[in-house]
Amino acid sequence: MHRGSSSDAIEDGEITQSIAEHKGCGKSSRSGGVRCGSPAGRSDLPAETWEKVKKHPCYSEHAHHHYARMHVAVAPACNIQCNYCNRKYDCANESRPGVVSERLTPEQAARKVMAVASTIPQMTVLGIAGPGDPLANPEKTFKTFELVHKVAPDLKLCLSTNGLALPDHIDTIAKLNVEHVTITINMINPEIGAKIYPWIFYNHKRYTGVQAAKILTDRQLQGLEMLTRRGILCKINSVMIPEINDQHLVEVSKAVKSRGAFLHNIMPLISSPNYGTVFGLKGQRSPTALELKALQDSCEGELHMMRHCRQCRADAIGLLGEDRSAEFTTEKLATIDIKYDVESRNAYQAKVENDRAAKAAAKHADLVELAVSLGDTKVLVAVATKGSALINEHFGHAKEFQVYELSSGGAKFIGHRRVDLYCQGGYAEEGKLETIIRAINDCHAVFIAKIGGCPRAELIKAGVEPVDQYAYEPIDKSTIAWFKTYLDRVTNGAIKHVERGDAAIRQGALISAA
Amino acid sequence: MPFKIIASQCTSCSACEPECPNVAIAEKGGTFMIDPKKCTECIGHFDEPQCVAVCPVDNTCVLDTSLARYQARG
Ligand code: SF4
Ligand code: SF4
Ligand code: SF4
Repeated sequence: MHRGSSSDAIEDGEITQSIAEHKGCGKSSRSGGVRCGSPAGRSDLPAETWEKVKKHPCYSEHAHHHYARMHVAVAPACNIQCNYCNRKYDCANESRPGVVSERLTPEQAARKVMAVASTIPQMTVLGIAGPGDPLANPEKTFKTFELVHKVAPDLKLCLSTNGLALPDHIDTIAKLNVEHVTITINMINPEIGAKIYPWIFYNHKRYTGVQAAKILTDRQLQGLEMLTRRGILCKINSVMIPEINDQHLVEVSKAVKSRGAFLHNIMPLISSPNYGTVFGLKGQRSPTALELKALQDSCEGELHMMRHCRQCRADAIGLLGEDRSAEFTTEKLATIDIKYDVESRNAYQAKVENDRAAKAAAKHADLVELAVSLGDTKVLVAVATKGSALINEHFGHAKEFQVYELSSGGAKFIGHRRVDLYCQGGYAEEGKLETIIRAINDCHAVFIAKIGGCPRAELIKAGVEPVDQYAYEPIDKSTIAWFKTYLDRVTNGAIKHVERGDAAIRQGALISAA
Repeated sequence: MPFKIIASQCTSCSACEPECPNVAIAEKGGTFMIDPKKCTECIGHFDEPQCVAVCPVDNTCVLDTSLARYQARG
């Protein structure tokens, strides 16, 4: 299962990666599978694991284009305190809206799940991720899972936890068929932990400092081991905090891998004084895009990296990056006609799988042709997209850009950059453009379906080439085709290849999403 | 002497409610309150008052010094 430097084992099709590794289809893959020959296949994951991830938008980068998840906020209590969280408003990093979201009882939650699953047939995952710690609220969390499993047995159940209470609940998690568990692990060294966690509440006592962090890390790693021994897939979330745990996260990655973790999701710290978090008030900075990518790259050899996390709200609904929770407020739920029909859901999803396989096969054929030697140059490009892996968004309408790294290995997704700044409201277009350029300042080009004259000129001035001749075309094919022309222009002296600078990660409030 | 919850600071996170050994804490219309007749400061149950230890907002679960009982002791 371990695939050296390649991260996207979980991306089905995996065309770009497989070409990067094999440079064509001559060699068989390391695992002995015929990955090139089965472009729509299950990569080299064991069949059982593939079944679990292929429709989970967070566990498979590719699945996130096709499948949706929903979170229900039934669990407001928490048993630890983090310096990046202000429970009074929101947890900016774990995206756990506290007082802002509607809290549901397990019964209300189950009803909501039915309504959403009736409306969105590609909704495959129900997650409980707070706003507090779901395992600090075990009754509510497990009751919800139980009720949902009864009425919607085809939904995957997914749980996020800080891990403190995890070892006590392994049997229940297994019994209720929870297939996916995310543990937030920010350190394995208690000295570092003491800088992140002011206290924990454990065994009826409040612990602080290094002692608290020691208990927390022991419980997290123990829980992780117990879960993976039972075959439950575990994702580890880590918040990257510059100068505190940034270097250390490489150790964390190794430690969780050796205990069987499946996926590692390193998220940037979101820190701003107006969230009122300890870090925010202290002026703790967030990482830049370059720093985040470098850390993700250096952990990549250890285990699969997740790079498409949107740091969603604890009550988010829909495809990642497309929040539909406003359609399903308690008020609106009352008017939704619930027609939960497993068969029609399955039929819909079967069609999705078919389309997915066909697309992957076509993409594979195209890319084999394109991935002729392009040399060692690598560049980043930003893409405005509304989904379906197409360049199909206008520059001016884009709320986020997907960033791809182009190399002889193809176009590799490395993250997204949000540009819907919360504080943007009062700013003029000019200021807005500047923030967009800052967000993609490490990119050589930006691909859009359409762009106006003024932003075009500004982008060119900033050194980012606006590319609109591939409007409504597939991202991977178009970006590589452009990359070829780029390299040609470098070779014939028309342009000079220069390194780009760093980019800023958006500091907008996630609570503004709804 | 009972503890009380300062309502203006409480985030209604509900962490305290299940921890109270005397079921003294309850939610009413979204706000959490301690029933002074039931609260024993956790004496005899735990070393620390549980509501204080688990509450994420410091100084939100505090001794209710306004009560006559407390002042008499004082
Ligand atoms: S926060 Fe990340 S892991 Fe959680 S649902 Fe959103 S994308 Fe998936
Ligand atoms: S001090 Fe103890 S008994 Fe009193 S309300 Fe808090 S938890 Fe309950
Ligand atoms: S733990 Fe504190 S903030 Fe949470 S409900 Fe109790 S008093 Fe309110």
